[in-house]
Amino acid sequence: MLIDTRIVVLGGGPGGYVAAIRAGQLGLDCVLVEADRLGGTCLNVGCIPSKALIHAADEFHRLASYARAPRHGIAAAAPTLDFARTVEWKDAIVGRLNAGVASLLKKAGVKTLRGHGRMTDGKTCVVDTDTGRVTVKAEHVILATGSEPIELPALPFGGKIVSSTQALELTEPPARLAIVGGGYIGLELGIAFAKLGSRVTVIEAADRILPQYDADLTRPVVRRLDALGAEVLTATRALGESAAGLEVLCADGTRRRIAADRVLVTVGRRARLKGWGLEGLDLAMDGGFVRVDERCATAMRGVWAIGDLTGEPMLAHRAMAQGEMVAEIIAGERRAFHPAAIPAVCFTDPEIVSVGLSAEAARARGHEVITGLFPLAANGRALTLAAEDGFTRVVARADNHLILGIDAVGPGVSELSAAFTLALEMGARLEDITCTIHAHPTLGETVAEASYKALGQALHM
Amino acid sequence: MAIRTIKLPDVGEGIAEAELVEWAVAVGDDVAEDQVVAAVMTDKATVEIPSSVTGKVVWLACDIGTLLAVGSPLIRIETEGEAEAPENAAGKAAEPASPPRPAAVAAPPVPRHIPTPKPAAPVAFAGPQVGLPRAPGEKPIASPAVRRRARELGVDLVYVRGSGPAGRIGHDDLDRHVAGGGQPALAAGPRPDLSREVIKVVGLRRAIARRMQEAKRRIPHFAYVEEVDVTALEDLRASLNAMRPADRPKLTLLPFLIRAIVRALRQFPQVNAHYDDEHEVITRFGAAHVGIATQTPGGLMVPVVRHCEARDIWDAAAEMGRVTAAAREGLATRDELTGSTITITSLGALGGIVSTPVINAPEVAIVGVNKIAVRPVFVDGAFVPRKIMNLSSSFDHRVVDGHDAASFIQALRRLIETPATLFMEV
Repeated sequence: MLIDTRIVVLGGGPGGYVAAIRAGQLGLDCVLVEADRLGGTCLNVGCIPSKALIHAADEFHRLASYARAPRHGIAAAAPTLDFARTVEWKDAIVGRLNAGVASLLKKAGVKTLRGHGRMTDGKTCVVDTDTGRVTVKAEHVILATGSEPIELPALPFGGKIVSSTQALELTEPPARLAIVGGGYIGLELGIAFAKLGSRVTVIEAADRILPQYDADLTRPVVRRLDALGAEVLTATRALGESAAGLEVLCADGTRRRIAADRVLVTVGRRARLKGWGLEGLDLAMDGGFVRVDERCATAMRGVWAIGDLTGEPMLAHRAMAQGEMVAEIIAGERRAFHPAAIPAVCFTDPEIVSVGLSAEAARARGHEVITGLFPLAANGRALTLAAEDGFTRVVARADNHLILGIDAVGPGVSELSAAFTLALEMGARLEDITCTIHAHPTLGETVAEASYKALGQALHM
Repeated sequence: MAIRTIKLPDVGEGIAEAELVEWAVAVGDDVAEDQVVAAVMTDKATVEIPSSVTGKVVWLACDIGTLLAVGSPLIRIETEGEAEAPENAAGKAAEPASPPRPAAVAAPPVPRHIPTPKPAAPVAFAGPQVGLPRAPGEKPIASPAVRRRARELGVDLVYVRGSGPAGRIGHDDLDRHVAGGGQPALAAGPRPDLSREVIKVVGLRRAIARRMQEAKRRIPHFAYVEEVDVTALEDLRASLNAMRPADRPKLTLLPFLIRAIVRALRQFPQVNAHYDDEHEVITRFGAAHVGIATQTPGGLMVPVVRHCEARDIWDAAAEMGRVTAAAREGLATRDELTGSTITITSLGALGGIVSTPVINAPEVAIVGVNKIAVRPVFVDGAFVPRKIMNLSSSFDHRVVDGHDAASFIQALRRLIETPATLFMEV
């Protein structure tokens, strides 16, 4: 069968499906090719299921903590965990969202082809569907094949050794879980499993966990890991796994064996470059990513690439923004991908959100900066949530008070990312924040207080 | 407090209406006595209207470009002091610097446009809020919506100054940049410019437009071009100028041409005339009032050198210099801008080879001067370099026959080519 269309999107993740929906809305003939379920890593084996797991773990852990030691006058009997039901609930959420994406695509008039797609040239995609081979010829190709977990040669996936994808498919929490890689994926899952009762050991090769964040931001997370009984081994390398356990090389040069029922390897993700015909296309590469310009155009005319395939930061919201943009460019609009900031959120406990530049990065760019840090311990709402370990911090230019970055660590601060990012996109000055009335009592007040602090006018400190 | 109404004064004999060409004040402005509040244009002269009172402007009669009848309310000013008689008490308030109105026009003519008070238009630009330039390499700050619009307009924000806090670029700044012809620099190559500017044709431009349209529509123009050897005249002019003290103005070619026209008109009175085509009357003039087409900052004007038949060449030169300067400076009076009987148009070095001048109605002839160029001329079996100038003239063919027109130009040519004849009675 042959389909002639205006656009073919290869990959139905957040980048691909958003591109397809927008293209359909703009009246462009569009075919979306997806080998697996719609929604990609994010919806099926990433953001969404992990957040469901994290929520369930939080709930369970809270009850368990009340059982161990009553707090706020609440005592509880020890909770029980039917993990199969938890997984069911998580899968139901994913299923609902899968169906939602499918209906959005349908509503936008996008034809979805279920099957493995392979580019045979810059205009043609061959898709092996259940009902046979379909050749899609398109004027424009949007590559959105996403990324996959990096495998360590010493720790190939299989058996006890799992990736984040398989970790989310476990049918019961492992009694002993070793996590190789103390980045945000490993820590999010590690903390969740720790709360579900696993004994967690984190092995990180760098000097500290979450090395891309500054130490102030990660300190509350370290404290929390400690409180949850998780062991964190920094400057430690995983050497291999055997029946005796996971062998690691510690900072002091000693070797150690860590007994583990599961070893979760989360040392990063890489663009998915194999299996879809990249080798047949004449695309310029940028390290392990497809090189694109500010319009997400590749080296081939009519071939576009978006999302994780094009590099860091590998975040769903970046891919979505790129996908929408490319659809509009194909429709004839003038667009470029120049966000003022891409927010990054880490759903650890406590959560970390960071937007824009850190003080250090701003100084490295030649800015003279002023900063303001407001601790959650001084925020009424945080106290009422029993969530006082954390802070909000702003970085602004010293000369004109233009905000360059905002970050925060604390329970529930991920929801503040919208306010942070909007401030940066709108080119807000510290005064714009302080002159905005922030609802009381909310965690959002900490943004205004941190801004006041940077101006030397803090009210509640 | 009292409201005083200043009416459009009698700005010239026999003038019933005038076009408002400029407001010097806006509603809300304070004005002092004798301060100019408006300018009106009659025919081609512009008259400034001063205030007769001190106070605050509360009402302006009309937009620029509107014709106002003499005697109609022009501006209302709120003054300190006792209440004034009702404003429509005829001519009670100011009629600055105007003589008592003749009885014949005592009853104010009905204004052609009923002036309607309008709220003052919002001021589009309070001032040049362009903001400071950014330091080199610094990123422009703008909201996502501004950035998207800039991209759609093809404007690189790097080149746009921001007037907001911290140099933030707003939609206003973008508008200003685009309106100011800011050069898009995103991609190489020309881009379509979709801007358009609407200019209301008022004042002098409107007068020019109407007169040109009228002349071309009504008058069957007959153009005639002849080549004139000005070598001898240029030699004469050079030697006359050489004798002039350095501080005295030098003679241009035009006074000689005026002189030649005066001489030629003696033989051809039919080209020194006005034709009233409505009444079918030709008026021939003994006087030679020569109009000089003059480019002014506001547009084309035709100041008049009166009675050239009674001026010598120096006098004509001086008078021409005076009236054209007055026109350029906007100081020419109505008398100095009306009443010509024949017109000269010369673009000097821009004169080109041939032009087709438009007759200054109701006149019947206009003489156009093209540039002087040295050309080879066949004289006595050999080419010799001569200074050659073309005269491109137009005549009203309804009342000037081709033969007469040609004969007039030939007479001009003979006079110019043998300049001594300009100064002797034959």
